[in-house]
This record gives sequence, C-alpha cells and structure tokens, in this order.
Amino acid sequence: MEKRDLGIYIHIPFCVKKCDYCDFPSAARTPQEMAWYMRNLMKEIRSYEALGSLYRVDTIFFGGGTPSILPPIQIMRVLMQLREEFEVAEDAEITIECNPGTLTRENLLSYRDLGINRLSLGVQSANDAELKLLERIHSWQEVPDNVRLARKLGFKNINLDVMSGLPHQSVKSYRDTLQRIVELRPEHISSYSLILEEGTPFYDRYRTGEGQKVLPGEDAEREMYYETRDFLKTHGYHRYEISNYSLEGRECRHNSRYWTGGEYLGVGLSAASYLDGKRFANTSDWISYGEEVRHAYQRYKAAPAQSRKDAMEEFMFLGLRMTCGIRTSEFCQRFGTDYYEVYGDVTERLEGQKLLTVQNGRVRLTDYGIDVSNRVLAEFLLEEGDV
Amino acid sequence: MADFAQSKIRNFCIIAHIDHGKSTLADRIIEKTGLLTQREMQEQVLDNMDLERERGITIKSQAVRTIYKAKDGEEYMFNLIDTPGHVDFNYEVSRSLAACDGAVLVVDAAQGIEAQTLANVYLALDHDLDVVPVINKIDLPSAEPQRVIDEIEDVIGLEAQDAPQISAKNGINIEDVLEAIVEKIPAPGGDPEAPLQALIFDSVYDSYRGVIVFCRLMEGSIRKGMPVQMMATGASFDVVEVGYFGAGQFIPCEELTAGMVGYFTASIKNVRDTRVGDTVTEKNRPCEKPLPGYKKVQPMVYCGMYPADGAKYPDLRDALEKLQLNDAALQYEPETSAALGFGFRCGFLGLLHLEIIQERLEREYSLDLVTTAPSVIYKVHCTNGTVMDLTNPSNMPDPTEIEYMEEPIVKAEIMVTTEFIGAIMDLCQERRGNYQGMEYMEDTRALLRYELPLNEIIYDFFDALKSRSRGYASFDYEMAGYMRSPLVKLDILVNKEEVDALSFIVFEGTAYERGRKMCEKLKEEIPRQLFEIPIQAAIGNRIIARETVKAMRKDVLAKCYGGDITRKRKLLEKQKEGKKRMRQVGSVEIPQRAFMSVLKLDSE
Repeated sequence: MEKRDLGIYIHIPFCVKKCDYCDFPSAARTPQEMAWYMRNLMKEIRSYEALGSLYRVDTIFFGGGTPSILPPIQIMRVLMQLREEFEVAEDAEITIECNPGTLTRENLLSYRDLGINRLSLGVQSANDAELKLLERIHSWQEVPDNVRLARKLGFKNINLDVMSGLPHQSVKSYRDTLQRIVELRPEHISSYSLILEEGTPFYDRYRTGEGQKVLPGEDAEREMYYETRDFLKTHGYHRYEISNYSLEGRECRHNSRYWTGGEYLGVGLSAASYLDGKRFANTSDWISYGEEVRHAYQRYKAAPAQSRKDAMEEFMFLGLRMTCGIRTSEFCQRFGTDYYEVYGDVTERLEGQKLLTVQNGRVRLTDYGIDVSNRVLAEFLLEEGDV
Repeated sequence: MADFAQSKIRNFCIIAHIDHGKSTLADRIIEKTGLLTQREMQEQVLDNMDLERERGITIKSQAVRTIYKAKDGEEYMFNLIDTPGHVDFNYEVSRSLAACDGAVLVVDAAQGIEAQTLANVYLALDHDLDVVPVINKIDLPSAEPQRVIDEIEDVIGLEAQDAPQISAKNGINIEDVLEAIVEKIPAPGGDPEAPLQALIFDSVYDSYRGVIVFCRLMEGSIRKGMPVQMMATGASFDVVEVGYFGAGQFIPCEELTAGMVGYFTASIKNVRDTRVGDTVTEKNRPCEKPLPGYKKVQPMVYCGMYPADGAKYPDLRDALEKLQLNDAALQYEPETSAALGFGFRCGFLGLLHLEIIQERLEREYSLDLVTTAPSVIYKVHCTNGTVMDLTNPSNMPDPTEIEYMEEPIVKAEIMVTTEFIGAIMDLCQERRGNYQGMEYMEDTRALLRYELPLNEIIYDFFDALKSRSRGYASFDYEMAGYMRSPLVKLDILVNKEEVDALSFIVFEGTAYERGRKMCEKLKEEIPRQLFEIPIQAAIGNRIIARETVKAMRKDVLAKCYGGDITRKRKLLEKQKEGKKRMRQVGSVEIPQRAFMSVLKLDSE
C-alpha cells in the first residue's frame, strides 16, 4: 500500500523570555527542565512507531517558543528519532523557528547539516523602539546579519515574520519595516496584525483607556494591511493565504497542510494533530504531559472520528483562507456530495454581497471578504441535520 | 368543622403601602391563630407565586380561613383576604374589598402614610369597610409611633390613639391586632335561608377540577349538587365541591352559608365564564338582583410580544392562553411585524402587570421574548367621523385622515417630603403634568396633585420619582379620561427601511428629542456590519434625526498556530450564535435588545 504524506509539528515551549503579547504555551525554563521535556518528547515520538508503515513524512516544523535556544544536539536527537520511526522524504521541507539574537554560526551550521532547509525568523519590526515595546530580545541590526550569515551557509528558504498594528506604530514606520524586509529578499514573509489576547499583559495594557489610544486607529490599521498586500506584490511576493506571502513556488508547504485538510501529527506540549480523520491535541499542562506521552498512540487510536459536518465546515473555513480558495470538485470527491447541495445558498448570498467569487470551479474570498473573513467563514458552519 | 354562628365570623383584608409589612402581618396572624404549626409555616404563606415572594408584592388575591380563640373565651372564624397593593391591580383590590367587612390598615411607624396608603384607605372606605389602623415596625430605631398615629387621625380622620403598636417581623403585640379584629370589625349579615347571592372575587384554574371560584356569600347558602348560575355571563353549572381555604390548600366542606368566604368548583372549563365581580345565584331560585361590583377590566397598556425564536410562536400562544385562565385582565391577539415576525399584541393593567407577565412567560414557560415599547390606547378621531382605539403605533392612519387625537390622562397623587417638592414639580412639568393643587400633610410632607398623560408615566416615571426624591416620594394614580393632544407617530428607519416594531407615538413637542435619543441608542445597539447603516427618525416623510453605524472594516482572525484549529472554530461558532440573536430587517441584523432600548431612553 502506498504511504500517505504526513507533516510533523514539534512544539518547543521554551523561550529566553516570554513576550508580553504572547499567549502560546511557552516560558523560560531551566536547562534541567528542558532536558526533562526533550526526553518526554522522544518517548512521544517513539509511541507513534506503528504509523511508520502508513506514512511518509514530507514536512517537519519546529515551532515554539523559540526552538533555536535548544542546543543543536537536542534538535539532532529529535530528527534522528523521527527518521527512525518514519520515512522522511528526500525533498522534505524542514523548518525551524528562530529568534534573531539566538542564532549563531554554530547553530546554523548544525541545522544545515541536520537537513533543516527552511528558517523562520521572528523579526516583527525593523524599528528598534517598536521592538523594545514588544520586549523582544533582539535589535533590528541582528536581522540582516543573521540573514546574510544564513545565506552564506547555504540556506535558500527563509521566512521573516512581521507585525502590524503595534502600539505607537505609524503607517510610515510599518512601511519602513516592509522596505527593509524586502531588501533582504526572503523567500517568504508572514504579516500578522497584533491581536490582544486575553490573559496577556498586552491585553491589560492596551485593551482600554489610555493604552488603547496608542494603538493605530482602525483606518491606519487597515492602511497597513493594504500596504502589505500592495507593497509586497510590487516586490514579487504574492499573497497565498490571509497573512502569508511568498515568492512564486515558495509557499510554506507545512502550513498549507493546515488549510487544505492535509494530515499532520503534532508532538510536544499542547500540540494538535489531524490524523486519519481525527482531531486530537496534547495537554497544555506541563506535569500531565510527562504522564501522557507514553500513551500518546493509544489516545490517538481511541480518539473519535470527526463528524462529517465538522469535516465539511473545516474544509471550507480553513480552505477559504488560501487565496486560491477551494475546489468544488474536491469537496465532492471528499464528501461524496455536491458542493452546491450543501453550500449553494450561502455561496450565492455571499457572492451577491461581493464577499466571495466563484470562478473555474473554485470558490475564493474577495479582498473585502478577506477583510471580514470571520463574518464570511462563520456562514459556512452548518446546523445539525444539514448533512 | 363546627358550625359557626354568623356573629363569630370576621371577614377582613389587610391594606398597606408596599413594604409596610402587610404580608408579614398576614403570616403572623395565620401563625398565631394556630392554623399552621411553625414547621408548616413557610415564609409569607399568602404569596404563592415565586415571583410574588421575590418581588415582595402580592399579585393575585388569596384567601385563608383560620380559627382564633379570643380573650372572651369564644372561637372566631377569621377569613383573611389578601389584596394586591399596586395601583396596576386596583381592580383586584376593589373586588377583594367587596368580599370583606373590614380592613386592617398597616402603617409603617417610621415612614408614616404614603400615597398607596391613602389610595387603599379611600378604596376601603368607598366599600363601607371599617378600617382598623395598626402601627407596624415599632422596634425600628427610627420609629415614631405617636407621630404616625397623629398623622392617621389628621390626614385620614380615623380614630387611632388605641391602635395596636406592633412588630409583625418580630411577633410583638400580634394579639392586640387579633383582639382589635374581633372587637372592631363587624360580623357579616345575610340570611342563610334566602336565595343564594355570592360575589366572585377571584378564580384559579386547576387542570383537574376546572375553574375554582373564590366567593363571598352575601345571602343564602351553597352546597354540592346545587345548580348555580353566573348572573353576568348567564352560564350555569352544577356545583361539584364546596370548601374553604386552608393555608395553600383547599379544604372541602358540606356547605357555605351567608357571611362565609370559600370556594366552589363545578367542572367549569373556561375562566371567562366566571368573571370576577360577577354574582353567583341558585339557578332554580335566583336572587332578585346581582351585587354591584361587576366591571369589565380594561387593559391600559399594550405592547407587542414576540418569541425570540420564531418557531416558538405556538408555545407563546399556549402560554398566554394558560396565563389568561388565571388572569382575566390579560388580553392578547395575534399580530405580525415585518421585523419581528409572528407575535401577539398584549394588553395589561399597567407596566408592572406587563413586567410580571413577561417574567412569568420567561420563567414558567422558558420563553425568550422580544417585547416592543409599551403603548397606551389612543383615540384617533378620523376625518370621516369614525373614532378608532389605537393600541399599536403601526396601525396609525395617515395624518391626512386624522382630525385629531386624544390620549388617556391620569389623576396622580404624589406624597413627598417638602425639600423635594421643587424637584418633583419639575419632573411633572417635564412630563406634561397639569398642576391641580397641593396639601400639606404635616410640616414636612405634602401631597401633590397632578393630571398627567398616561404615556408619560408608563415607562420610567416611578424610577425618576424615586431618584429625584432620594426614594422619599410615593405615588398613586387613577384613570381620569381622555384629553386632546398633538401627537405624532415617530418612525425609525434602519438602512432606509422602516422598522415597524420600533415605531412609537409621541407628544409632538418632544418628538425631536425622543427621535434623537432613539437614534443614538440604536447606534450603540446595532453592531457594525458589512456596509454603512443610516439610522433615521422620521415623522411622516420628514427626517428629524440621523446617526450612522459605520461599515465594519476588519474582522480577521490572524493565526492558526501549529495547526490548532479549535480556537478558530470556537470563535466562528460564537459569531454564528451571536447572529442567531439578531433580527433580520432588510439586509441589516438588529440585536433583539435594541427593540427594547426605547424603554431606557430617559434613564440616561
């Protein structure tokens, strides 16, 4: 039987220092704690041994946190363990998230030699005052240094993350950041607007009152957003997902899986998986994680299969995040029912409101549809009994 | 139960201003007369409905029979008939009073006479009842019993020097009240052998026994098997059971005779056959004429009630039907709104009645309701000579067809301490009040008399009164006919479409103000949507106010980190849920609470 493609996500919940806007499960940890975690991570990977005969891994993603603060030997162990359990494709995309300020020549050399071929740098801004406000550990100058060094060592696929809608950020300073980013010619750029997540210090600081006033206004925020699209386009980057841009053919294969219903296995604290029609996730509790890893595989086997309704909804609300949209024929193929039977009315209505377009068998969001995508995507949730 | 000589029966009620301790005293009387053991004694036995107990008010009249062994060594039968205190239920008060021979007037030793005290005393005196004053809450630090006694004598003209001074809450001097009832309230009269003549003062619907009719026998007697007839409706029945009222239960007995209070059942399926105030007589030997007292109850306030979930329309209809069985004052008829779908136009005695029905529907029948702004009944005199009663603003004829309009007026009495007279007069002025006079009760308090349009007091007049007098003013009113007024219909247009459920009728002079406030309020209530939404207030074709809800520019969820889609799904589901609580008007989604926002215009 032919093996199916699989993506692997490895969560590394450590960072030098937790950022005030971040609500991901990540924290500064002692070397002992990190070592304890990595041992458990290995156990978890080993528990999935039986999947090796069914899947071939073609993307691997080290996310965090800041995976680059791990000693390279730990990264090596993980990759070796993965290669022991799974066949890893020759041309697999293997990404590691790094923070400027944690990247050294030694790290980069090790990554290269371990087969890591894609770097994702959390740059966020080219303005040092903004970086300071975000309490990032690096300054802008380290970014071009890191990129130059990575190029020199042979990395041909680099992503830079930037953020818009930061406190005190102006349209001008944001444009300046974009300008400096494209000058470095990364293959891929992710641009996210700052979201104030409940429970973070940023939320308390900027949600209301005086704090709220230093955030860019709605108009400025929208301008930044349009600026990103237009500016990047003139420099050869096309938007392929709501927040992601790349040079032609350099779309992130691993992240695209999430939007297109591809299968992936997440290992590590709080990591989510979509495997064999089942969605399941690890605990985000540090202590219980250590106890659960041994039974990870059994838990996956015991997880209930996703309902047909959930699967259809996800196909739509994830797929529509891609600017190429979804193929109605693929919907039909997956679910054995005509797309228009299920979503004909919604599609027609949203098309009338100029939020969707239908062309050549593809359904896509319009630019305005992207602006208000939550509204549009919520329309694709079904009622029990609709399917 | 032993036969009771008529001379040993006392039929009475307790009247009081709200919070002066009426229900608590009723509890003590029941407890002291030994009908209930302490264990059986639930707080405030007479207030049956949860809602009554929570709000501390009595909505429906209730009755209870107890036996009291007086100091003279004799046993007396007490029939205590509870009455509602609120003006909305004046009619219910009135019919309860008609079943009594006397009334215990409870006055708070600290607060003294209030507007409702007066209104209820006058009602009692109108029914020729002997009123026995009782000074309650004498154990409060601020109690001034002597001042209150003097006030009762000066203001009402009742002899009060030997009034019992009690604390119902702490059971102090309750015996004095019981003795006063024996001594001062007259025994009923009536001939047990005469043709039956009984007054219906209440009824409840029981799904097994049909309507249970509460009545006071004036003449004759009633027993099982007797064919009886309702004199106003003409309906006749055979009596199935007669009995009297225990605490919270019905106790069957052989017969009821002249002077007694009790109930009967007769397999009556429809409450409308047993109208409160009607006279019951023996079918084969009718009495000469009915008792005075029957009067059809007219709702004063109307509003539209719609199920939040359109599919619940039949449930709402069933619920209203059931409530009406116990509450003849509630009226309803189906109506349709372009904005709200199928619902009912309901008529109520007043705003409190409206709120109570609304709460009962929501609580007892688990219905989620959208209620439109309450409206009074306007009289529209059309150019073609006809007069229509307008209860729904949407039905108002075109202004060119209207000769003139009239609105209902009330006579209001407001009792207030002198320092707040100015503030209260200002309030009445703002509400188009017509000053009728003022009387000083004593040095520090005055009774203000005003004529006010009913539509100025149905929303929030009571709240405004309380806040402007720091809680010291009390208020009572009665209907006083109709007055010609310049009135206009104010329409609200959302995205250029008229929303029928938001229309209301308003005094021309305040239309601009109301229109402006309404638009501002709706701007807050209507969330931003995918396009700009103008909100306009209009009189006919004339736009008098406008606000704009700006188009939504962005609603994007950026991340979906590490393939964890659960948060994303939750967010979308929340969005979808929110949408369900919206009403679609044209292409605009309006949250249900916006339809009620007109009620809150004055509170800001």
